[in-house]
Amino acid sequence: MSNPVVSIDNLAKSYGSTIAVDDVTLEVFEGEIFGLIGPNGAGKTTTMECVEGLRKADRGTLSVLGLDPWREAAALQKRIGVQHQEAHLQKRIKVWEAIDLWSTLYSKVVDTNLLLQRLGLENKRNAWFMTLSGGQKQRLFIALALIHDPEVVFLDELTTGLDPQARRAIWELITDIRDRGKTVFLTTHLMEEAERLCDRVAIIEHGRVIEIGTPAELVEKHCPERTVVFTSDEAGVAERLNGLPNVKAVTSDGLQHSLNGQGTDFVTDVINAIASEKIRVTGFRTETPTLEDVFLRLTGHGIRD
Amino acid sequence: MLTGFLKLTWIEIKVFAREPMGLVGNLLIPVMVFLVVGRFVGTGRLDTMTLNPPPFNVPVLGALFIAIGSVFSLVAVITIYREGGILKRLRATPLSPVTILGAHVVVKLLFTVLALALLVLAGRQFFPGAIDVNMVSFTGALLLGTVSILSMGFLIASIVPTARFAGPITTAVLYPMLAISGLFFPVGQLPPPLQILTRFLPTTHATTLMLDIWNGGGWVASWVSVMALVLLFAFYTAISAKVFRWE
Ligand SMILES: Nc1ncnc2c1ncn2[C@@H]1O[C@H](COP(=O)(O)OP(=O)(O)O)[C@@H](O)[C@H]1O
Ligand SMILES: [Mg+2]
Repeated sequence: MSNPVVSIDNLAKSYGSTIAVDDVTLEVFEGEIFGLIGPNGAGKTTTMECVEGLRKADRGTLSVLGLDPWREAAALQKRIGVQHQEAHLQKRIKVWEAIDLWSTLYSKVVDTNLLLQRLGLENKRNAWFMTLSGGQKQRLFIALALIHDPEVVFLDELTTGLDPQARRAIWELITDIRDRGKTVFLTTHLMEEAERLCDRVAIIEHGRVIEIGTPAELVEKHCPERTVVFTSDEAGVAERLNGLPNVKAVTSDGLQHSLNGQGTDFVTDVINAIASEKIRVTGFRTETPTLEDVFLRLTGHGIRD
Repeated sequence: MLTGFLKLTWIEIKVFAREPMGLVGNLLIPVMVFLVVGRFVGTGRLDTMTLNPPPFNVPVLGALFIAIGSVFSLVAVITIYREGGILKRLRATPLSPVTILGAHVVVKLLFTVLALALLVLAGRQFFPGAIDVNMVSFTGALLLGTVSILSMGFLIASIVPTARFAGPITTAVLYPMLAISGLFFPVGQLPPPLQILTRFLPTTHATTLMLDIWNGGGWVASWVSVMALVLLFAFYTAISAKVFRWE
C-alpha cells in the first residue's frame, strides 16, 4: 500500500466531562476514499476536527501530510480542503464572492468557472448563500474545499439532509476526486453511502474504533451468511438441494425457496446445484448482508437507534 | 494575505449593506436620536444650551449612539457567525484569526464615519450653526472611542451564549455604561465605588474626550482620556483574546 497521508495514533479528546473521542487509531492512505462511520455522537466530527488542526487533541499523535495539525495548522491549511458538518456562510454573500475570496487565499487555484460548472452552480454565481437549496450549499462547500486542488479533502457528513438524487450526484463527484489521485477522508452515518463510496471504512462507536477494513472484508468477516431465494414450480426442490455443503437451512414457502448458507462460494455452489439438478427456475435473487448488518452485529444495535 | 484581508473586508461591507435592518440600526437610529433629542433639548455649544445644564451635549449623545450601534452590530455579527459555523469555516482557511475579526472592526469603523457624516449633514440641515467643531478632530475622537468600546464588544460576544441573547445582553451592558458615562450628569455625583468603575469603562473616556474636543479643546490637553482609551483597548483586547470562542 502507498504512504499514509493521515495517521492517527491513540487520539483522545474530551469536552469537560464528555468523552468525545476515547481511543482512535487509524491510517488513511494516498489515493483512497476512507470513511469514518458510526452513529451520531460517536466522535466522528471531533476526530476530524483534530485532524484538520481546528482542535487540540488531549492525547495521541496526529500527522497529516507529515505535519502536526495543531502546531503546523497554518502550513496544513494551505494543503487540505475541508467541508464541515452543518456549515454556513454569510447569509447574503454571493456565490461568486465566496469563490473569489477563497481564490485569493491560496497560491495555486483551479479554473473556478470550470469547477462551478462541474458542480452545477454556474447559474447561481450571483445568488445569495441564503437562497441556495441544501444541495447547492453543499456543492458550494465542496467547491470551496476543492478550489486550491488540495492533496487531501476532509468531508464531514457531506450528504446529510440531501435528497437521493443530489446525494448520488455528490457521490459521483467524490469518486472523481479520488480518481484524480487525491485522498478523501469522510465521515458518514449513512451505511449505504459508506458502502457505495468508500474504499475502506473504520467503524467508530463511543469514541473508539471497533473495526477497520474494506466494506467487503467487513461483511465477509462479520456477516458471512448468504441467502439465495428462488422460485420454481417443480416438486421436491427443497429435498433435492438439501445435501449441499455449507447450506444451513432450506425453507420453502409455496413456490419460493430460500437457502441460507455461508462462504464466498455459497452462491456459486447453489447455482451449480440448481443447474446439475436441472431445476427450472422462474425467479432468482441473492441477499447479501450489508455494512448495516455488520454494524448491528458488532454493536448489538442499529446505527439509527 | 493583505489581499485576503481587503477582500474579506469588502465582502463584509457588501453583506452588511444588503442586510435590511443593518443600515437602519447603524445609520438612521443615531441620526433620529440626534434630531429628536436636539429638537426638544437644543443643540450646540454650552452657551447655547437652553434646557439641560452641562455637560449634556446632543451631538455627543448622537456620536455615542453611533459607537454603541457599532458594538451592537459587532456582537450580533460575531454571535451569528459563530452559531452558523461561519467563523469555524473561515478559520479553516489560511486567513489568520486577527484578519477574520479585524475585517469586522474595519467595517464597523467605516460605518461609524458614515453615520457621523449623516449626523452632521442632518445637523446642518435642521439646526443651522449648531455644529461648529473641528470635524477631523471630532471624527478622530469618535473613532478612538469606538475602537475602545468595540474591544469590549468582543468580550460581550464571548459571554453571550447564543445569538438570541446578543441584543438583550449587549443592551444590559452598554446602556448602564452610557448612563454613567458623565454625559447626563457629572461622574462626581456617583457613589465612590461606581466612580472607580467608570474609569474602567471606555464609554466614560470617550464621552470626556468628545466633550472636550467639542468644546474646543485639543488632543494634547485630553491626553488622559486618550491614554485611558488606548489602555482600555489593550486591556479588553487581551482578555477577549483569552476568552474568545470560535464556536
Ligand atoms: N463543542 C462541543 N462541546 C461539548 N460537547 C461536544 C462538542 N462537540 C461534540 N460534543 C459531544 O461529543 C460527543 C461526540 O460528538 P461528535 O464528535 O460531534 O460526534 P459525531 O460527529 O460522530 O456525531 C457527543 O457526545 C457530543 O455531544
Ligand atoms: Mg458529526
